[in-house]
Amino acid sequence: MRVDETTVRRIARLARIKISDQEAKGLEAELSGILNWVEQLDQVDTANVEPMTRVVPIELKKRVDTITDGEIADDVVKNAPLVEDHYFVVPKVVE
Amino acid sequence: MTELTKLTIAEARDKVRKREISATELTRAFVDAIEGANASLNAYVLPTPELALAQAQESDKRLKSGDARPLEGLPLGNKDLFCTTGVRTTACSKILDDFTPTYESTVGANLWNAGAVMLGKLNCDEFAMGSSNETSAFGPVVSPWRRLRDGKLAADKLVPGGSSGGSSAAVAADLCLAATATDTGGSIRQPAALTGTVGIKPTYGRCSRWGIVAFASSLDQAGPIAKTVRDAAIMLRAMASHDPKDSTSVETPVPDYEAALGQGIKGLRVGVPKEYRVEGMSKEIDKLWQDGIAWLKAAGASIHEISLPHTRYALPAYYIVAPAEASSNLARYDGVRYGLRVPGKDLIDTYENTRAAGFGKEVRRRILIGTYVLSAGYYDAYYLKAQKVRTLIKRDFDEAWKSVDVVLTPTTPSPAFGFGEKTGDPIAMYLEDIFTVTVNMAGLPGISVPAGLSGEGTPLGLQLIGKPFDEATLFRAAQAIEDAAGRFTVAERWWEGAGAAKSTGTKRAAGSKAK
Repeated sequence: MRVDETTVRRIARLARIKISDQEAKGLEAELSGILNWVEQLDQVDTANVEPMTRVVPIELKKRVDTITDGEIADDVVKNAPLVEDHYFVVPKVVE
Repeated sequence: MTELTKLTIAEARDKVRKREISATELTRAFVDAIEGANASLNAYVLPTPELALAQAQESDKRLKSGDARPLEGLPLGNKDLFCTTGVRTTACSKILDDFTPTYESTVGANLWNAGAVMLGKLNCDEFAMGSSNETSAFGPVVSPWRRLRDGKLAADKLVPGGSSGGSSAAVAADLCLAATATDTGGSIRQPAALTGTVGIKPTYGRCSRWGIVAFASSLDQAGPIAKTVRDAAIMLRAMASHDPKDSTSVETPVPDYEAALGQGIKGLRVGVPKEYRVEGMSKEIDKLWQDGIAWLKAAGASIHEISLPHTRYALPAYYIVAPAEASSNLARYDGVRYGLRVPGKDLIDTYENTRAAGFGKEVRRRILIGTYVLSAGYYDAYYLKAQKVRTLIKRDFDEAWKSVDVVLTPTTPSPAFGFGEKTGDPIAMYLEDIFTVTVNMAGLPGISVPAGLSGEGTPLGLQLIGKPFDEATLFRAAQAIEDAAGRFTVAERWWEGAGAAKSTGTKRAAGSKAK
């Protein structure tokens, strides 16, 4: 297997997704299968090729660095699961 | 009022403008059709009849006072990936829960500002990840099409394609005049092909991505699914715009695509790429392709064999780029700012619980693949490599444009399949996009047009690929195919009325999502 159970767990931790022991086992095979399949890209010589960044060569637009938005705190927190006075509430992170 | 729902946009527009029918009558016909059909098809995850009828009333006022806008009073469906002010938007994922945006997507705003009426939010694969609409948290969409067996309709359910399966099914079943959709690897064109509808993914940058739930930002594009080529042309013109809120949206005029349709294709150079003749391609797909070639030739086009040598690497490269960008985009679902929250013993535990409960299996799989290929030590080997392959894929097309104006291919390798047929093996499902994904990788426009029926009596589509921002030529060529092939509509409307008594089922299903 290209991806072993330890790797699956490490990746899941990085992705902040809790996985069960059973899921970890299944994912080992699934992720390995997909990674083996994409390995065919190694057949392509990309030694002197630039990575693609855009479809048509356009210059990214810059805007003036001024405040264009704001005063919408009610909107910003409107969909939050837990709110207090325009603050998002999370479990204690500093002892 | 089945007859009203069967109209095309162009026909409905005429009738509404001549005031043969009112926008309210037309909208009411669709509201009733949705109520009768949705329990069977599950195309809408949230019908919005009150909103639709209010918009229709406003349209009728404008029509009366001679103040009609381009899409005045025309009822559309809106894929649940497009944020809608005050109307729940979920991307068909549990993780967005009852998220109710305080803003409208730019594409949506363009449509409503043009006078269109929103009938509701359409089902799709979760975060647009899927090719069969089976990954939706609201359950799969059922295609209005069924296989013919010994001259009779078979009872087994078929998928409407994905990810825009709600859009394709709703258009094919006359539950809206047309629908919005999005396409990251084929999610407009593949469902269009599987349901006998027309779907166009415009050039990357043609439509604003602002307010559309992000999947893979360098590939995502919005476009319409419609009943005819003309309707798709009308829709795209209204949807497209330059938008300062999306830095990748391109500042270039949006042509009158509908006006281009009449120009014909005399002298058009059509490329047929030999690499698309994949091993094991079925005879009927090959025949469809040959038919398309013959039709375009008969309409005055010339046919040229071309080579796109990196075609076979598009799909594996896509399955690095798309999950990588998805894992990054979907990092925002943390249970803090919006959507679902499943509390844990500390903040990290809360994140992990929330994301485990909120994301479905396919989404979790892609986030993990994406996280892996972007993790320390692997970035160059995977993501950078795939982006370089992308350059080569684009170069293949740049080379082709020296000798041809459009490229003709099949849209999918096979006709619509049944529920569960491809869910066991992720790669088998990914292969659905083998003909469409190159177009996203190169950022080009691509359209799928219905071109025939399979041996099972289900629709098949042909794909036309165009030069950047040359959607107008795609519409002209697509019109030639439609003129020759005709339209393909479902003969037996088995879903009508079947679930009328349970018509509130959708809303209830939505409300019972995990909290």
